[in-house]
Amino acid sequence: MERRQFVQMGSGTTVLGLMLAAGLIPQTAAAQTAYNKAAFEGKTLNDVVKALGGATPTLSADVLLSVPEIAENGNVVRIGASSTNPAVTQIALLIEKNPAALAAVFDVPAGTDANFSTNVKMGQSSNVYAVAKMGDKYVYAVKEVKVTLGGCGG
Amino acid sequence: MAEPMRIRAQAQGDKITVRVLMSHEMETGQRRGADGKAVPAHFIQSVSATYAGKTVMNAQWGPSISKNPFVQFSFKGGKAGDKVEVNWIDNKGDKRTDEAVIT
Repeated sequence: MERRQFVQMGSGTTVLGLMLAAGLIPQTAAAQTAYNKAAFEGKTLNDVVKALGGATPTLSADVLLSVPEIAENGNVVRIGASSTNPAVTQIALLIEKNPAALAAVFDVPAGTDANFSTNVKMGQSSNVYAVAKMGDKYVYAVKEVKVTLGGCGG
Repeated sequence: MAEPMRIRAQAQGDKITVRVLMSHEMETGQRRGADGKAVPAHFIQSVSATYAGKTVMNAQWGPSISKNPFVQFSFKGGKAGDKVEVNWIDNKGDKRTDEAVIT
């Protein structure tokens, strides 16, 4: 194209564009991605996985879920989820009967094990799901946890 | 929020296991206070950890995570004597960063 046209294009760069390039806008500076509000509002396993960007998940022995059979205190239930499959890039934990079913989503950066443990609140006895993003697919494991004292303040 | 995170990072060869205990209410927004009104939601939404400038853990949390959250994760390629940094940001924009030396 004509040099004059090219120069005019260059001077049309917006301030926003320049700021993005300079890393002055928080999104580019932080390693954190935008909070996936839709996923955290999902009520069912399928809703959550859809909000995470996947299709209906399938049961898989590649995902290991470690939960107590009976939780004495619903306020603090230790859950562990892991997978040795190298294609896993994300692991999510869901408490089916909680008002907010999705408890956590862990990314698996290269070099990090797909193995996470945390404590969750369970309002009542419920199925707990560990969902893993394996390549393009979403797969899951599920176990039931019985809760003797509910943990959401209700 | 005021209290520092308790971070324990241990090396087994080049595999580093990190356990973190954070201080945070993790209020769901469902609970009713003494006045009968729902206590507003106040919970950590975003957690991450870095080692040698690289992100080794990155998670998004919801209000189902317990009060004073615990998390454990592990990564390869670390060594004793180096530092791991853990950060969190909550739904009100409050944040905290703490670090620990790998033992």
